Amino acid sequence: MMFLLYFLVFGLVVTIVMGLVTSWIDRKVTARVQYRVGPPFLQPLIDIVKLLGKETVIPAGAAREMFLFAPLLGFAGVVSASTVLWANQLHAAGFMGDLIVAVYLLTIPSLSIILGGFASGNPLASLGASREMKLVVAYELPFILAILVPVIWAGSFGLGDIIESQKSFMTAGHISGMIALAVAILCIQAKLAMVPFDIPEAETEIVEGPLVEYSGPALGIFKLTRSMLLFTLPFFLLVLFFGGLRFSGPGFFRTLLEYVGIVAILTVIRNTNPRVRIDQAVRFFWGPVTILAVIAVVLALNGI
Amino acid sequence: MSLKLKALLKSPWVFHLSTGSCNNCDIEILDCLTPRFDIERFGMLLAGSIKHADVLLVTGSCNRMSVERMKELWEQVPKPCLVVAVGTCTASRGIFKDSYNCPVPLDKIIPVDVYIPGCPPKPEAIIAGVVKLIEKVGSGND
Repeated sequence: MMFLLYFLVFGLVVTIVMGLVTSWIDRKVTARVQYRVGPPFLQPLIDIVKLLGKETVIPAGAAREMFLFAPLLGFAGVVSASTVLWANQLHAAGFMGDLIVAVYLLTIPSLSIILGGFASGNPLASLGASREMKLVVAYELPFILAILVPVIWAGSFGLGDIIESQKSFMTAGHISGMIALAVAILCIQAKLAMVPFDIPEAETEIVEGPLVEYSGPALGIFKLTRSMLLFTLPFFLLVLFFGGLRFSGPGFFRTLLEYVGIVAILTVIRNTNPRVRIDQAVRFFWGPVTILAVIAVVLALNGI
Repeated sequence: MSLKLKALLKSPWVFHLSTGSCNNCDIEILDCLTPRFDIERFGMLLAGSIKHADVLLVTGSCNRMSVERMKELWEQVPKPCLVVAVGTCTASRGIFKDSYNCPVPLDKIIPVDVYIPGCPPKPEAIIAGVVKLIEKVGSGND
């Protein structure tokens, strides 16, 4: 019963609202960086409503069931991940090893994009899906190494314990925590497929990659999933490195600052970098980023 | 007006379809995205895929080769979809009126909602045309 409440209210409604607000911030900041005015506040919501009202065209060569199922799979993944995070945040209603569950659930949206891309039977979509697959293989290794640092500091795989252990001193205050945070931010940049790592979608090259054949509600759900990830992933980092959200007094402003800070870093990276090739991305994540993550883990094991 | 149409008018994603134009109109359309005009203020984005489009911006003189492709694309657009004829060539064939290769203007092939004349039309004219389109569909005189 309790979990159903978290699922409907926090996992679904709060995440959608926060995700749309965050994607507006992203678009507005991007516009300001380019000396434009940018879209109005309700624009992300209007886009989704419009897409829900349009026709869905299913291509003749597509695997129909998988084509329509993939967006729902990704949506379910992000809602569940958000529910696990909120349940720990508000009620300490976690279970053993829920961090591992959250990590797996956060991979499902990428998986759904791969499935949808291959199911749509378009060469550009297949190309995008295969690139997405390579990108997932590239960033998951450093991401999991970076997540190990808060686990080492907390001494537990439970999200509740990780939040609890940071009551006095947050993980991002340690040197190892700072390095791990930097690695994790680079990884979620790739997870969100934002510009230096938007290789799977590459609008100017393979016209949105896996989403090229999607239209109407199916496309709308993909876009909504992307917006919700834009909230859930920074929230995940807040839980791991900053001790979760605080709602009372000065703690609220600190939380707000941390959240907006992470989103701003993502947006600035996205606006100041050109797209890299897939081999460059894989080399980047398996080379310098993984080495940094390993250094952070070693430092954390030595208590620095 | 239904919510569906209202949302469509507030976030029209445009697809840019050239049917053998001289590229002038195409460049003017891209100008609308620059900081000076910034059509993202009105929620407009340039869609890369025809499946994401709400408005077709058709440029060029509809020559025999491209007409078949254009019909195919028109059938692939998720409806509801609006069509804007950009430039004199699309509206009335312009200087290619007597050409063997340009049999008919655009509105004899697919239904056109608004015409933007000019060779090429200025970005201001294109934005004014889209505003007229939004007013026309919004007031229900379709």
